[in-house]
Amino acid sequence: MTQGLLTDLTIFALAVMVGFEVISKVPSILHTPLMSGANAIHGIVLVGAMVITADVRTDYGYILGGFAMLFAAMNVVGGYVVTDRMLHMFKRRPETGPVPAASKEPEEVTGR
Amino acid sequence: MSAITFTIDLIYVAAAICFVFGLHLMNSPATARRGNLLSAAAMAVAIVATVVLIANQQHVPAKNWIVMGVCGAAGSVIGLYGARMVKMTAMPQLVSIFNAVGGGAAALLAIDDILEHRGSGLSNLSSITGALDIAIGLVTFTGSLIAAGKLQGWIPGRPLLVYRGSRLVNLALVATAVATGAWLVADPRGDVAIILLLAAAAVFGLTMVLPIGGADMPVVISLLNAFTGTAVAMAGFVIDKPVLIIAGALVGASGSILTKLMAEAMNRSLANIMLGGFGTGDAAAPVGAVAGAGNVRTVSAEDAAIQLGYASKVILVPGYGLAAAQAQHELSNLAAYLESHGVDVSFAIHPVAGRMPGHMNVLLAEADVPYPQLRDMDEINPEFPLADVALVVGANDVTNPAARRPGNAISGMPILDVDRAKSVIVIKRSLGHGYAGLDNELYTDPKTAMFFSDAKAGLAELLASLKTLVA
Repeated sequence: MTQGLLTDLTIFALAVMVGFEVISKVPSILHTPLMSGANAIHGIVLVGAMVITADVRTDYGYILGGFAMLFAAMNVVGGYVVTDRMLHMFKRRPETGPVPAASKEPEEVTGR
Repeated sequence: MSAITFTIDLIYVAAAICFVFGLHLMNSPATARRGNLLSAAAMAVAIVATVVLIANQQHVPAKNWIVMGVCGAAGSVIGLYGARMVKMTAMPQLVSIFNAVGGGAAALLAIDDILEHRGSGLSNLSSITGALDIAIGLVTFTGSLIAAGKLQGWIPGRPLLVYRGSRLVNLALVATAVATGAWLVADPRGDVAIILLLAAAAVFGLTMVLPIGGADMPVVISLLNAFTGTAVAMAGFVIDKPVLIIAGALVGASGSILTKLMAEAMNRSLANIMLGGFGTGDAAAPVGAVAGAGNVRTVSAEDAAIQLGYASKVILVPGYGLAAAQAQHELSNLAAYLESHGVDVSFAIHPVAGRMPGHMNVLLAEADVPYPQLRDMDEINPEFPLADVALVVGANDVTNPAARRPGNAISGMPILDVDRAKSVIVIKRSLGHGYAGLDNELYTDPKTAMFFSDAKAGLAELLASLKTLVA
């Protein structure tokens, strides 16, 4: 048990370091989608909710597990869908109106 | 370890790697969507793998499958409905609600684990993470609901529960949570300890967020997002699932960095926001009265319309007030009308315009404003002297020239050089202060005309006048 806990602690520490490094310089235009995307990732708690709910046998266990499933599923599905919806808007570029001379290259955002 | 559980563990590792890559791809606008899709695909695979894992277990009763299926499906439908139906202006509160349920799920998981294992000799070490999970998860749950309520307007946005000694109460709540957490670790069978811990954490979530003003809510939501990630990582310890630990720690750490970036972009320090600095009512009086304050020139919709209609270059400056009034479509219509009459129109987007950094870009993109018209602060600032009219809609502190001088609350904050335009029209409801609590010197500038109105109504009136006067 202690060995397992130590391994988990190592994983935790390394994952924290990765988390600090992985988003170092984000343009502020992406702060909102990035927050929402990270929000969806912690929806992984659904996996935990499933594991717990499979094991419960008591009445309060079913209630706790059921609510955990409900909450976690909301988090994961809603989180990814709303992030995608937001990022989709950055992609759609109607080419109307005069383009200001000094504007950014549209390729950068048009994508595809 | 059977071949199936081994394979599933490998799948979890692969999913964790995809989360890291997905988050990394979200650093740049060009790859952001792909990053999110990669992360979503990894999540789907991890969930399917978990179904296989559970199916492979001995004797999981049908009742458990039904609870899992029904509750999971219900949650998915609610999440999908919320995500598809939410107005983009209300997006921050939706994220906050997802934070709440994520943290709530993590807390429930630990509560269940402690209750299930009582009597079976739960090790003290693993109940430390359980207690942390419950505490952090519940603080996030109640705190995020308050944050969402404030942004939605169900709870007043102004700082609440600010009274002498409120910080002492918060300290006492933290102390209670720590003490009951320790009690729970020492004796995992104690009902009183669990209930006290739940109560202290839940109440602390309320008292932490209620005193913070609405304008700072985005930063608070980002912080609570990091909290949820940490709670999920703790849940990973509780059930010994490294994929939860990795994903949770990833969000906890990157969320903290993002919170810091956001606070910096708003020229606020995190300590300042959490402890309540300026803008929370106990702020110092504005530094030095502005010369000529009260000397404000007002303008009618007709005069403003004529000014705009006969300009050759107009820069629109949308701010928080536009987002609050949900007037992005009206602004977009006005811009399109001016464009169609040969006026060169661009939008000046301050990095923190809107409810949170980057939010204004989302709002205007939704209102079909062509992307090339949206210009970053650094790009547009040199163009202000060339603009005949700068139309400010609900923006305050980000346009205040006082930021260029030392010695006040917004000194050094990057601003839009609106005051360098040939003339300025400001649509604003009143001369009220922004959250820095300062008089805006732009409003008393002789070349500035104030058009006092709600952003939505004002823009509609302006467009109507334009259509009759500048056909």
